[in-house]
Amino acid sequence: MATWVIASLTWRELVRRKLVLALLALTAIVIGVTGWGFSRVRGLHLGGQLLTPGEVHIAAAQLLLLVMFMFSFVLALTCAFLAAPAVAGELESGVAQGLLARPLRRRELVLGRWLGLSLPISVYTVVSVTLEFGLVGWTTGFWPRQPVAAEAALLVEGLVLLTFTLALSTRISAITAGVIAVIAFGTMWLGGVAGAFGQVFHNAAISNLGVITHFLLPTDGLWHAAVYAMEPPAFATEAVRGLGSSFAAASGPTVGYLAWVALWSLVVLGAALLSFQSREA
Amino acid sequence: MDESVTAPEVAAQGPLGSPPGGLAPSPAIYVSQLTKRYQQTLALAGLSMTVPRGEVFGFLGPNGAGKTTLVKLLLGLAQPTSGEGMVLGAPLGSLDARRQVGYLPELFRYQGWLTAREVLALHCRLAQMERSTWAEAISGALATVGLAGRADDRVAGFSKGMQQRLGLGVALLGSPQLVLLDEPTSALDPVGRHDVREIVRGLREQGVAVFLNSHLLSEVELVCDRVAVVDQGRVVAAGRLDELLSRPQVRVRCTGLTAPARATLSSFGEVLEDEGWLRVTGIEVGRVPDLVAAIVAAGGRVYAVDPGQETLEERFLQLIEAA
Repeated sequence: MATWVIASLTWRELVRRKLVLALLALTAIVIGVTGWGFSRVRGLHLGGQLLTPGEVHIAAAQLLLLVMFMFSFVLALTCAFLAAPAVAGELESGVAQGLLARPLRRRELVLGRWLGLSLPISVYTVVSVTLEFGLVGWTTGFWPRQPVAAEAALLVEGLVLLTFTLALSTRISAITAGVIAVIAFGTMWLGGVAGAFGQVFHNAAISNLGVITHFLLPTDGLWHAAVYAMEPPAFATEAVRGLGSSFAAASGPTVGYLAWVALWSLVVLGAALLSFQSREA
Repeated sequence: MDESVTAPEVAAQGPLGSPPGGLAPSPAIYVSQLTKRYQQTLALAGLSMTVPRGEVFGFLGPNGAGKTTLVKLLLGLAQPTSGEGMVLGAPLGSLDARRQVGYLPELFRYQGWLTAREVLALHCRLAQMERSTWAEAISGALATVGLAGRADDRVAGFSKGMQQRLGLGVALLGSPQLVLLDEPTSALDPVGRHDVREIVRGLREQGVAVFLNSHLLSEVELVCDRVAVVDQGRVVAAGRLDELLSRPQVRVRCTGLTAPARATLSSFGEVLEDEGWLRVTGIEVGRVPDLVAAIVAAGGRVYAVDPGQETLEERFLQLIEAA
């Protein structure tokens, strides 16, 4: 019950602070601009010839992956910026003292904040990605092969970073939590790039670095899951031949990896609850 | 004066302090040997005291004495390093304790993007009040703290004083049995301070215990039934105000006394120099003429004699210096 009080308070805060309005406006702008861009793909020429439908698909897929990479980056930053002050900010400002003096359990506050941020982030992700996929399909005829899986992977990538940042926020200052989260996200992405290099040059040590980062903070692993769900089969074939990158994946995530992501999320959320239990307000 | 380490009958009581068999109700606050250490700093050093229900209790001490730390331990905002305590018969910081407590923090901050009415409604929900009682409770709190005209304004636009008034309104919600006020007039003007005194008196009339943390000794003197003076995490004195301030004193405005001559006056009581006055505390009223004669005999010239009682500020300073 109290969890929902905090969750609904968080939703109201996002609305009152005009974050929802900003996200809606920015989404509309991005959809408009990318929609215009995608609508021009069919009219492109290569060597004086209009692109064939197959070439249109390849071009659209590449552009879509770039747009979604940007989206996943924006989503990650949004999650980090929202979650970093979610608990630490309340403690630093003193607002938490008034709340925690009520018959409110510590875990209810943390869970309420997590729900209060996760639900709007989920709606934002699903609406934005669905609109983008629909727009690309409508203008170019290219559809991701597993659109639902792609949306899910992007969403979970954001939620993983949100959970990680929230856990930091229960223990350290808002600004430090935000900085650590963003650096960790970037480092995991770099780890993924390094892993792809390792594959190209058949260097096991560097390849393993990519694997480790996929498990340590599974944002880049989930990005690759989203890439696999969005890319045309030809991209996967290239990746299998050792030309993997941040924009091509040889295979989708294994059940074991998805189970790891679920376990990782539960453990980190549990750590957040436990950490805040002993935090002094 | 008593050191107020009364052992309460807490063991035989239910969780909400409703003792069976007609036992006296548990005190509003009972703490025993409460210690709180922040790394190298000892904020509370085995603090023990009892605050009965329905009493206005002043908790005084210099900066860093441990006043706010105690309040945080009572509410579970911080955990004691050692020691134990009960709030209204429930363990320190427990949900049962917090259900019955209203709290105005020293650092009063509320969601600036909510209106005053919405902040109060949020606390009605968190205090688990019946929905049907919210409207009346909110209107009552707003009227009591003088914010009825600003109920639907965002808190972000409030002055510090208005935010402190709002915090006071928040503390009054949910029919608390104990209200903890941490420096409740720090941002208020004289009118606001008067209003706070009236609110505190109103709470006492309703049988609500009030725990008042304050530096403002004159405020405490005006409303508190009992006080405790804390320094370096320990209660150095506690008791009813009239007991604490029962020592008679006389102030003598005089000149021409040398230090050795002044030292000879210590047989009359505790002698202190206070802004041109000689203050002798603990003197029997009948010996005041003898004191004046002794000053004159020692070469002093007397211009005024002002018999009276020690003020709380004087007693406070004396206690802190002695500690």
